[in-house]
Amino acid sequence: MSIGRFGEHGGQYIPETLMNAVLELDAAYNHYKNDEEFCKELDDLLKNYAGRPSLLYYAEKMTKDLGGAKIYLKREDLNHTGSHKINNVLGQVLLAKKMGKSRVIAETGAGQHGVATATVAALMGMDCEIFMGKEDTERQALNVYRMELLGAKVHPVTSGTQTLKDAVNETLREWTSRVSDTHYVLGSVMGPHPFPTIVRDYQSIIGKEVKEQLLEVEGKLPDTVIACVGGGSNAMGLFYDFICDESVELIGCEAAGHGVDTDKNAATIANGSKGIFHGMKSYFCQDEYGQIAPVYSISAGLDYPGIGPEHANLHDIGRASYVPVTDDEAVEAFEYLSRTEGIIPAIESSHAVAYAKKLAPTMGKDKIIVINLSGRGDKDVAAIARYKGVGIYE
Amino acid sequence: MSRVKEAFSQGKAFIAFITAGDPSLDITEELIVKMEEAGADLIEIGIPFSDPVAEGVVIQEADERALATGTTTDKIFGMIERIRQKTQVPLAFMTYVNPIYTYGTDKFLSNCKRCGIDAVIVPDLPFEEKNELKPTCEAYGVDLISLIAPTSHQRIKMIAKEAQGFVYCVSSMGVTGVRNEITTNVGEMVELVKEVQDIPCAIGFGISTPDQAKEMAQYADGVIVGSAIIKIIAKYGSDCVEPVCEYVRTMNAAVKEGFINS
Repeated sequence: MSIGRFGEHGGQYIPETLMNAVLELDAAYNHYKNDEEFCKELDDLLKNYAGRPSLLYYAEKMTKDLGGAKIYLKREDLNHTGSHKINNVLGQVLLAKKMGKSRVIAETGAGQHGVATATVAALMGMDCEIFMGKEDTERQALNVYRMELLGAKVHPVTSGTQTLKDAVNETLREWTSRVSDTHYVLGSVMGPHPFPTIVRDYQSIIGKEVKEQLLEVEGKLPDTVIACVGGGSNAMGLFYDFICDESVELIGCEAAGHGVDTDKNAATIANGSKGIFHGMKSYFCQDEYGQIAPVYSISAGLDYPGIGPEHANLHDIGRASYVPVTDDEAVEAFEYLSRTEGIIPAIESSHAVAYAKKLAPTMGKDKIIVINLSGRGDKDVAAIARYKGVGIYE
Repeated sequence: MSRVKEAFSQGKAFIAFITAGDPSLDITEELIVKMEEAGADLIEIGIPFSDPVAEGVVIQEADERALATGTTTDKIFGMIERIRQKTQVPLAFMTYVNPIYTYGTDKFLSNCKRCGIDAVIVPDLPFEEKNELKPTCEAYGVDLISLIAPTSHQRIKMIAKEAQGFVYCVSSMGVTGVRNEITTNVGEMVELVKEVQDIPCAIGFGISTPDQAKEMAQYADGVIVGSAIIKIIAKYGSDCVEPVCEYVRTMNAAVKEGFINS
């Protein structure tokens, strides 16, 4: 019967053709997660290839400038390939290899997950094909070239809204047509079970490290942890180890685009309703007939009409809160962190920085905020310049 | 006898799929009536969905065209009510789980019963998740059609045991769409079903030519054709009724001929 539930959310709503594949994946994952050799191999890759543990950096200038809570940045941007995506990809591609797969496919929005998948596929000698919305291939042209440089084939997806949702559709279709030798490296805590669990587990290293690192320097837990949420993998990775620590406030920042009251946003918790799509029951931006809405965000990585099922449940039970952050606020935070700390954040992560900027001054100086800096902003520089009306082209 | 069973009672069944609202609901209505006259034993009506992950490009585009003209689930129910004044042809809805769940599962299936829809086919609702719809389907007497695929193997018996109406045998890997060749051993799939339940089996995905239909009819109780019909609709637009019916007549003859020869 139905498995992989978070409250009422989650499940396995996929075509019959894929059922044996996800059941095999579930079995393999459960076997290898306790396999000493597998864990050793993955730990070694995380340390010596990805560069973990990532730093927990005290943003002293930002803290002083905002005049409230102490702010720490979890530097996932310093990982190899420039984002948290590598944590999950190393785990999944290693798992796929153990399962005897020779080919990996993946969707990508901003290109970060595609780049991470292409990177690890190159390392492990796997064939790699990436599906990316045509509009995103234009917004993130440099990442397309990067994936090709790494030996991957990039398919621009021209169906639907030509963004992340359509890239997921097309990767699912590709997997349905060729499943025996192929693993779908899903990039977020979404999709059918076991993906939301697998991706969360591989990303949970973020929160585990934050806890250890902060206990070491401050001797206590953070008061608030903040991350941006599209599908929600970096947020789930940060939150997971703190769910049982009830004193720790968990905040996810959704992409509000031009504003939650406009038709140009991707704020699923703010504007969505319960639905069943991309293999899972969760919240989705949709109309009364269940047609998935075209969503919008300046950030290609947050431009997704749904949210992972575990987040949906954390929202339902009131354990985490989800707040909307607009394009303008994110761009302002992008520039702010660059100038204040000399760190250029990904436009996705800038959504979390923007909310922390609002929150920190309302908190006491004895309080601690940890922001997950999920990725670096190099990929966004040209797009932000264009947003500001500066004619820079890659 | 239920209308679904009747579809399989006159020899091998020819099952036609069209997307509601492509190119318009008026044409869909006309197509259903005329396709029955041309020999279709059961008609599958696709409720268009924004993100049909089990469909190839041909049906994706049909969904886009239908949605662009403002087709909604409520308008489709209205059309079905009108259809039932004219014909008792067995009708099945084919759509994804979200349009049903978001519309309201109870409201959707009670409307199906009221309007005269005999079955629903939901390609993203596998056996493990069937309870999302099955209790409500049973309450309203609407068959929830089970699908089996070339990758189903040991799952076939489990699925077939609880199947209702007929079993939809997916002929090939991948999404819907015309294929030159069907390599799956569909005969074996059908045999596995029949070992656990005497229920009609219909083969779909990739079938477009009379020869393919004839061959498939030898292995199963029915043949389902979708993309090939949608292609004709896409080509002729509002003038599609006659060429579609001509195609249905040819395919129906091929399916029935396969029966006579086998």
